[in-house]
Amino acid sequence: MVEEEGFRRYVAHIILWIGIAVVAFPVYIAFVASTQDNALIANGQMSLLPGGHFFETYYQTIFVGTSGSTREPVGNMMLNSLVMALLIAVGKIAISIISAYAIVYFRFPFRMPIFWIIFITLMLPVEVRIYPTYKIVADLHMLDSYAGLALPLIASATATLLFRQFFMTVPDELLEASRIDGAGPLRFFWDTLLPLSRTNMAALFVILFILGWNQYLWPLLITTRDDMQTIQIGIRKMITTTDALTEWPIVMATAVLAMLPPVFVVVVMQKLFVRGLVETEK
Amino acid sequence: MANVTLRNVRKTYPGGFEAIKGVNVDVGDGQFCVLVGPSGCGKSTLLRMVAGLETVTGGEIDIGGKVVNQVEPADRDIAMVFQNYALYPHMSVFNNMAYGLRNRGMKEAEIKSRVDEAARVLELTPMLERKPRQLSGGQRQRVAMGRAIVRQPKVFLFDEPLSNLDAKLRIAMRVEIRKLQRRLNTTSIYVTHDQLEAMTLADILVVMNGGQVEQVGNPLAIYEKPATTFVASFIGAPPMNLMATRPEEIRSQLAGSSAADAGILGIRPEDFVITDQTPDGGVALPLTVEAIERVGAETFVYGSRDQEQQRVAATPGELPPGEIIVRIPGTEAPAIGAKIRVAAVRSKLHLFSADGRTRLEA
Repeated sequence: MVEEEGFRRYVAHIILWIGIAVVAFPVYIAFVASTQDNALIANGQMSLLPGGHFFETYYQTIFVGTSGSTREPVGNMMLNSLVMALLIAVGKIAISIISAYAIVYFRFPFRMPIFWIIFITLMLPVEVRIYPTYKIVADLHMLDSYAGLALPLIASATATLLFRQFFMTVPDELLEASRIDGAGPLRFFWDTLLPLSRTNMAALFVILFILGWNQYLWPLLITTRDDMQTIQIGIRKMITTTDALTEWPIVMATAVLAMLPPVFVVVVMQKLFVRGLVETEK
Repeated sequence: MANVTLRNVRKTYPGGFEAIKGVNVDVGDGQFCVLVGPSGCGKSTLLRMVAGLETVTGGEIDIGGKVVNQVEPADRDIAMVFQNYALYPHMSVFNNMAYGLRNRGMKEAEIKSRVDEAARVLELTPMLERKPRQLSGGQRQRVAMGRAIVRQPKVFLFDEPLSNLDAKLRIAMRVEIRKLQRRLNTTSIYVTHDQLEAMTLADILVVMNGGQVEQVGNPLAIYEKPATTFVASFIGAPPMNLMATRPEEIRSQLAGSSAADAGILGIRPEDFVITDQTPDGGVALPLTVEAIERVGAETFVYGSRDQEQQRVAATPGELPPGEIIVRIPGTEAPAIGAKIRVAAVRSKLHLFSADGRTRLEA
């Protein structure tokens, strides 16, 4: 019996290690490739151990960019991506928590139709409404701007629904106690509802930041200037070269750099994130 | 300090459901008024109307000589203790109590002295920095009380504040609440479905049923002279025995008194004695003992009446037809299956009209 228990654990561990290898190996390869010489990679003689070009490649990637295809420093692309992701995450949370507050706590004409309209937008992501959205953004002269990158992605039915569900679990007596304590709607929102939503907001922030960071189609459409492009677009542009050798070490370094901010956000906010998803105690 | 006067107060919900059907109650300054009734009788709704959490669709609510129908809860100068306490989970005990004062723009020094004083009275001083989730049920209840008393309002409103506590703590807190209210001498309205809580706390007891007031008055006066069969069976535990007076057996014993014409006869379990005598003008009943409950100081005998199976209208705690509860002191009790005879004297009989809505005085 004991042997069998040990054997089972052994098998379980092997499976877990295989899983880790499957996920981590490509990342490792990307990192290794970013430290090697481009000619070696192009010849198919890439070693599986890190090469000696780490500082050189990363310096060039962050501050200079590729010499051929884009010529835009990846540091700048990262800044663009960061601004866009933060604007989307913070904007979505701000808009959706306010709209959820309105829908749950106020009686106004057409409350339910408005709720259903918000709900229906779940079925209309940017990809579906891309032409009208582009037209609006273009007419508002927001092409090649942070506002144009972030605004169309901010309105969010999912986050609104999430906050609505959360608010509906907050006992009515808290609102009543606040009313008796002399807190108006704004004070109740600010003093009670926001602090209670803290973990939910953190969980949403993690999800939305990654969502914003990984945007591809929309930034591709509305950014034309090189200094406005995001890192996801940058990688794509670096790979497509017509008559020159793709600078693989720089592409790989960019890919590694593109992974870092989401990883950082997840690691830093992991505790709040998990609590936000599982916490039931109000 | 203030009177609370309800004048023909009504509440009709948009769907047409009438929750409160014209209630008149006058709570004097410093009095402790208890609203009691079965669930769904409208007692909580009525309290929430006084608090301003529900709109009033008819009549007037008057606090301290001012009609407050249109006044916001915060401006009515009331404080409320909720059944689930409704403490702000993210605030410390201190801030829970201070929140209402801060919103009124009170100075921090004054807030601190009031909260410290309330914490001292309620023995919460060591817990001021804790969060509600770190407190026991009884402590949370005291924080909720503290939040009410720091405000020094004209009226305290309690919405079943003890129903989430265990039995022992409930009795202790009941006494605490009464003592606190006596000392602060603040007009209070208290909602409960527990008739024992109602009897022990109230200066004025309001028995409600189906959105209406059945009887208002001193708790003992209500116990001694219930106005309807509903009140008779709701106040007092175990409930009053109610039986139709039509059966010849009882009618013949009551002959000559007005009771003979009454519809329903009520006798409290504690007013019966086991005896072979028939008291003059009183009532005697032959019973077969079916069950015995010994609780130490007293014993309850459940017996069935042999002859009639007459159903009597009374909702809460209604006895099965023909069943009679007799309370006897001590633990001595007849055997199950024994035939006994119980009697009650004339002055202990309660007589009601056949519909149970009117008390008939002999």
